[in-house]
Amino acid sequence: MNPSQNPGLRESATFDRSVIHEIQRAAETGIYNIRGWGAKRALPHFDDLVLLGASMSRYPLEGYRERCATDVVLGTRFAKIPIHLKIPITIAGMSFGALSAHAKEALGRGATTVGTSTTTGDGGMTQEERGHSELLVYQYLPSRYGMNPDDLRKADAIEIVLGQGAKPGGGGMLLGSKISDRVAAMRTLPMGIDQRSACRHPDWTGPDDLAIKIEELREITDWEKPIYVKFGAARPYYDTALAVKAGADVIVVDGMQGGTGASQEVFLEHVGIPTLPALRQAVEALQELGMHRKVQLIVSGGIRSGADVAKALAMGADAVSIGTAALIALGCNSPKLEAEYEKIGSSAGFYTDYQKGNDPAGITTQDKALESRLDPILGGERLANYLRVLTLEAQTIARACGKSHVLNLDREDLAALTIEAAAMAKVPLAGTSWVPGASGPL
Amino acid sequence: MKTATEERVVDLSTGSVRELNHALHQLRHTDGAAHWHVREPRGAHSVACGLTVPVHVEVDGPTGYYCAGMNQVATVILHGNTGTGVAENMMSGFVHVKGNASQSAGATGQGGLLVIDGNAGARCGISMKGIDIVVKGSVGHMSAFMAQAGNLVVCGDAGEALGDSIYEARIFVRGKVADLGSDCIEKEMRDEHRSLLADLLARANVDYSPGEFRRYGSARKLYNFKTEHSGHY
Repeated sequence: MNPSQNPGLRESATFDRSVIHEIQRAAETGIYNIRGWGAKRALPHFDDLVLLGASMSRYPLEGYRERCATDVVLGTRFAKIPIHLKIPITIAGMSFGALSAHAKEALGRGATTVGTSTTTGDGGMTQEERGHSELLVYQYLPSRYGMNPDDLRKADAIEIVLGQGAKPGGGGMLLGSKISDRVAAMRTLPMGIDQRSACRHPDWTGPDDLAIKIEELREITDWEKPIYVKFGAARPYYDTALAVKAGADVIVVDGMQGGTGASQEVFLEHVGIPTLPALRQAVEALQELGMHRKVQLIVSGGIRSGADVAKALAMGADAVSIGTAALIALGCNSPKLEAEYEKIGSSAGFYTDYQKGNDPAGITTQDKALESRLDPILGGERLANYLRVLTLEAQTIARACGKSHVLNLDREDLAALTIEAAAMAKVPLAGTSWVPGASGPL
Repeated sequence: MKTATEERVVDLSTGSVRELNHALHQLRHTDGAAHWHVREPRGAHSVACGLTVPVHVEVDGPTGYYCAGMNQVATVILHGNTGTGVAENMMSGFVHVKGNASQSAGATGQGGLLVIDGNAGARCGISMKGIDIVVKGSVGHMSAFMAQAGNLVVCGDAGEALGDSIYEARIFVRGKVADLGSDCIEKEMRDEHRSLLADLLARANVDYSPGEFRRYGSARKLYNFKTEHSGHY
């Protein structure tokens, strides 16, 4: 019987069908659920904020003609060669291993077309992404898989990764089904193992050590490269302050909505805090230290549209980073592949089994036949189009708020639609001057 | 910096590590086997890190963190104790500590030979990926944690949780092992291992016989996630 046709059937809010399915799956298999993507639960997000366009007291700019700049410079604090981006949207770190070589190439092509950076991931740098990425950020991860000083020198910036928003405190995971010969060789690991990346760095602990580690990386690269410090959002106020003290050029805060190639579901849904409060706390830390805009701030985790970009910048970010959205732009979860998704027991819009390596779109796989479905040139064009749309949308909003540069957007341009968002973002509830939890002047 | 006819002498009481490293990074392979002498390091961090040519560097005195880090082909001799992460992520070459080394010695190293005449602290050889490490003294706890490849030779004793979560690296210990970490077991010492160990001991200029050592490595039981492993994680 279809439950919707019988009002007498009432589903439990506590034990709904998803919960029942998970309990029974756990009972059958005896192991926690592992999947890709990020948190699926509803969380306070940028949708709970609105931008206040110009009116009597504000002067808007003409929507398509008057200049509204979008460039941003990252790494101005200590690096001899900062990164100049044409748009304030970057591509987040995603590993070769989690992604196919074609996907990495497509990300590089798309980012380069619009003048922004892409980022390596666990497992090191591939020729495909270096070759097709004009600006490439090299992740320096706890596992140090594939870590090579020559690649460090080839990079345009270095991102020291402490964690990611999908699983702050947890290490990476790549299941045996995706450990191809090439992936295994790059990571110096046996074929077919369920690979765990270390959750903490092997040669430093704590912010005082981090300062020395940053100094070492600067010495090895002759102080040329901007050094980012990325962490998953858990205690972003303190983490930001400590990263600044340790000497970071750029802070990257990844909120709970951030994606991953594989993680325990319990981690994805229950560890960390959403992007909205994480961003606000990171900005507060920078402002209190007098380092806002001097140490640049990148925020990631659930960025989907130009509106999200504009809101993040208005809250104080210098740039945003996208991962899941970039994969969707390449074709992940496309309805065009519905028949293929059905074959593996999924459906377009629901596929998050990145850990299995059976991605019909050829993105999160190491299977050569599946990978061949993704044309890296076409994928790059699709990503470039998407990035252009995000930029145009953010510009449109910025102009409507009277800004000649997207970075001129300000918290004063925001209002909150929910009490939760107002409290987390410290933005007044729309139609009021009330900021829940604010004890003094904003 | 003073320049000698046959070797360059750098005094870090008057010069900076940044100047030293920058000068070393300007060397080219065609410059030949240049000989550098660093004096008065006074515990400075990142001394002689990121070298890419077959230069010979000797450092007189104690050094801080990450000395000879990410070394490639160079020879670095440290006459003194050294701090955290000596020769971390070394790719090739030779680093010789003629004193004691702090924690994470040779961490994530991918190649080359690290010899420590004294003791090494905790996490010696952590996440090693192909480096050979010979410690003439003892090593601290969690040594060879998540070690992936390469050889760790300990002529003295090993601390707690040796080889925890080890992959395919080999550990040879002459003395006592406090205890073994998850998935690390004692393994049979076959001729191939005795031969390998003899070569490592010879390269490190150690007189012990391979027969005095025991071998440890991965049981390979935790390579794939299984429900019965929950007690081991």
